[in-house]
Amino acid sequence: MSPVPTIIAKELRCFFVSPIFYIIGAVFLFIAGFLAHLMVVNAGQQALRLMQVQNVSAQLNLNDLVFRQVFLGLEMVLMFILPMLTMRLFAEERKLRTLELLLTSPIGINELVSAKFMSVLLIYLGLLGLTGITPLVLSLYTSFDWNPILTGYLALALQGGLFLAVGVLASTMTENQIVAAFLGFGLIFVIWLLGGLGDLLGNTPVGHFLSYLSFTEHFDRLVRGLLDTKDVVYYVTGTVLMLFIAHRIVDSHRW
Amino acid sequence: MINVENITKRYRTLTAIEKVTFTVKKGEILGFLGPNGAGKTTTMRILTCFTSPNEGTVQVAGFDCFEQALEVKKRIGYLPETPPLYHELTVMEYLLFVGRLKGLPSWRIPSRMDSVIEQVGLGEVRRRIIGHLSRGFRQRVGLAQALLHDPPVLILDEPTVGLDPKQIIEIRELIQSLVGSHTILLSTHILTEATAICQRVTIIHKGRIVAVDSPERLSARLRQSEKMSLTVKAPPPDWIERLRAFPGVMSVFQGPSIETCLIECKLGHDIREDLARFVVNQGIGLLELKTVSMSLEDVFLHLTQHDEPPPPTDPLTQEIL
Repeated sequence: MSPVPTIIAKELRCFFVSPIFYIIGAVFLFIAGFLAHLMVVNAGQQALRLMQVQNVSAQLNLNDLVFRQVFLGLEMVLMFILPMLTMRLFAEERKLRTLELLLTSPIGINELVSAKFMSVLLIYLGLLGLTGITPLVLSLYTSFDWNPILTGYLALALQGGLFLAVGVLASTMTENQIVAAFLGFGLIFVIWLLGGLGDLLGNTPVGHFLSYLSFTEHFDRLVRGLLDTKDVVYYVTGTVLMLFIAHRIVDSHRW
Repeated sequence: MINVENITKRYRTLTAIEKVTFTVKKGEILGFLGPNGAGKTTTMRILTCFTSPNEGTVQVAGFDCFEQALEVKKRIGYLPETPPLYHELTVMEYLLFVGRLKGLPSWRIPSRMDSVIEQVGLGEVRRRIIGHLSRGFRQRVGLAQALLHDPPVLILDEPTVGLDPKQIIEIRELIQSLVGSHTILLSTHILTEATAICQRVTIIHKGRIVAVDSPERLSARLRQSEKMSLTVKAPPPDWIERLRAFPGVMSVFQGPSIETCLIECKLGHDIREDLARFVVNQGIGLLELKTVSMSLEDVFLHLTQHDEPPPPTDPLTQEIL
């Protein structure tokens, strides 16, 4: 058996016996459900108001009123939650000295880093999949355009992958899990704020470049239903870059 | 099997080991002896490719530790100072994980697991969670982990730490049973352990190798005088002075009690017969007369207490000595 599935299986086993996984899962699903509930109630009230004013049954755009809002809300939630999922990956191995076992086993560091990343990605995608109940239930009662929802989920998956890669990187830098989590938040926030700085500089080459580095504009486009390869390329290269730096840091322990 | 040449490892300001050179032959067991912080663990980490030396080369089973690290890692079983255990897994789950990690083929894993569990005596706890095990059992799980993929080279960093005396004997017997089929490098700061199980010992102090030889020859080589202890029933008050007058005697010390004294004479002077005659003639009652050989403890202290270590000895100069 190749080492990658072995490590993924072990990581998943460790996640399922740790309370932190259940807490993170519960908080994430609760916030996702509650956000969707608020937005649906809000949309319903607007529909009622429109009916009173125009005396016709109004056709509301649920994509704008519900799903986009939920996706934008979840973007914020991910910034806080995902570093907590990744904090233990390498920090704990260093603390318990089990990194010594992994690095003296016949496996490559790239296999180790990618296996660790894939284990958290699987967990995150599982949680994200559970939030799919909301559009499925709503589709029973009303009709809406599925395309922006699918690209929205793609955006959440890609964005989550990027945040997880940043979290993995943060976890390789320290042997303290709390420090790893805060480092993860910090790095994600810096990337986020680059977007703000880019907006401030406006229509200049540096401004465009900084905006490109931040995930906000890519996320917004995908959530609005615009599927552009350059946004997908942004997320994939960002994720790979973060994992590559993580690889270098693990490798540097030799020196 | 293990070939270490001139390795030096520096951390920012600290030189952990300097120009360390030694070899371990196939099927041999070499003891790595030194006080805490002497560089034992650093050397072992270099051998297992966990860290890299700043200078020098290391070969294990014919493969270079830097260029062909994966090949080296396949052939080494390593028990680090702290056993690398996942506390949330059971013993069986952990060994299964290690087996796969080490690239053991799936069909061999169950039989290898059974045999190492038997070898290190983990039968009764095989289904328990590692976090709930006592220190002794954890150490044994660590050892099982090192033996699992049946590697030709074993590197054991203080394998008997934390075990009770009965377990220590069991583990020593286990290690001895592996000699011949495995090449073993074992570090310890317990000298009796090195004497008991190692064919050769390397004494390392402040990052340098200060001696390599068998425990017996080391103590013989460092003996600079013949020492004996004499115990009599009724010692006359001036006996120490009278003993000092014997030919060849260098010094005489009062022993732990007034009936005992320690006599040190020049190398090659065995004066036991003269002593016996003296005691019988005086009629003071001979109770005990024995030579005191230098134990490995003495050798160790002798070698490590000097600030300026003696130059490293290689097998060639040993032959001359």
